Amino acid sequence: MSRWTVGVDRAACLGTGMCTSIAPAHFRLDGGTSSPVSTDVEPDDAVIDAAESCPMEAILVRSADGEVLAPQP
Amino acid sequence: MQVRAYPFAEPDDLGVNGTYLELQRDEPVARVRLPYGREAWLVTRYADAKVVLADPRFSRAPVMDADYDPPRTMPEVPGITTILSMDPPEHTRLRRILAKAFTARRTGQLRERAQEIVDGLLDAMEEQGPPADLVDALAMPVAITLISEMLGVPALDRVKFREWSDAAVAITAFTVPEIEAGAAALRAYIRELVEDKRQNPADDMLTVLVHAHDNEDRLTEEELVSFGVTLLIAGHETTGSEISNFVYQLLTHPDRLAELRADPSLLPAAIEELLRITKLSGAPGFPRIATADVELSGVTIRAGEAVFVDGLVANRDPAVFPNPHELDFHRPHNPHFAFGHGVHHCIGAPLARMELQVSISTLLNRFPNLELADDVVFKKGRLVRGPERLLVRW
Repeated sequence: MSRWTVGVDRAACLGTGMCTSIAPAHFRLDGGTSSPVSTDVEPDDAVIDAAESCPMEAILVRSADGEVLAPQP
Repeated sequence: MQVRAYPFAEPDDLGVNGTYLELQRDEPVARVRLPYGREAWLVTRYADAKVVLADPRFSRAPVMDADYDPPRTMPEVPGITTILSMDPPEHTRLRRILAKAFTARRTGQLRERAQEIVDGLLDAMEEQGPPADLVDALAMPVAITLISEMLGVPALDRVKFREWSDAAVAITAFTVPEIEAGAAALRAYIRELVEDKRQNPADDMLTVLVHAHDNEDRLTEEELVSFGVTLLIAGHETTGSEISNFVYQLLTHPDRLAELRADPSLLPAAIEELLRITKLSGAPGFPRIATADVELSGVTIRAGEAVFVDGLVANRDPAVFPNPHELDFHRPHNPHFAFGHGVHHCIGAPLARMELQVSISTLLNRFPNLELADDVVFKKGRLVRGPERLLVRW
């Protein structure tokens, strides 16, 4: 299966801990904001859950061909 | 180890009981005895609080186990699971249904409506003339109107639920039967409203929840009702109280008020700092249960033991916030826990921020000579603190 790319907009991130708690394998908090453990990941619903739950919509998940998987508009 | 009776006495203002600060310095992981039974750990330092709130080894779900009797700040209301007693992935399943409705982007779109509500209330207040009670004239109506419109609660019903809600979030301010009756009345009311949305769907969050249950099987009927009750209570008690609390804080910190009036661009930072320093909660109501042995500040929390965290006490940890008891609108970094942290981080945080910004800035702009008109008495024995009345003149 093709891989996904994960990005966090650190200017928008407020460090709520939402993504790091929902998908601890994929996000970590450092310096008060979140960053992806890896920007290139195997497909995992937890990453989508984290992106859809972020109040700042600061997490962007794309498929290998660039399609935005989350957050949905 | 000493076991202290908890919650500690509430100060007469919005400050923090000194015992919290002593514990934070000398005994950061302390034993406490709860008013409705049993003992628990109380954690007061920021770093420990962060672990308990965000680490998956701490769980909320065991509080609902039939054979587990958790330490309680509030009396037991049997058999009711809310989103606050769930862990991922169950918690995520519910949260995702409405997460979209509460993002900063979506709630930003409600700013105009919030402004209209605030303007209307202040028009009425001005017309009536001073003194005015800001609790009834501005704070509670703003919060109640906005969350009611988002949820789809008819305007006529909004008076009823305020009384029930007041009792439902009590710690000791009401008797146990009164607290239970308040919670039951709210539940029955939301159940009725859900039935109505089923017949008459509308563009509101209760309809979204009904659709998620009826058409998508994403939550049970009981979860639906609980979610509605939780949103209705949490959506107005907190923000409604904070609007009054922040006005009180500003009017009793004239230097900070003058600073904010002189430079309105400080508003967002001022709201964050007021969120940090204001002791909104009477006591934390939702213990986390360790699912493994975890060490916090040199103390081992055993699997199965309960831990209470008061984020508003952690907000005064000098290790993170220099001069923690100073109201300072220029903190370069203000990662406070006023909205919690981790999966239970307040879903309404962006809405609350917007309501607070609009209410406070509009009030200050319209009334350049606003001042307190009487002593202020704060409510006690409740999960959420705020003034009984906030009489002002201008």
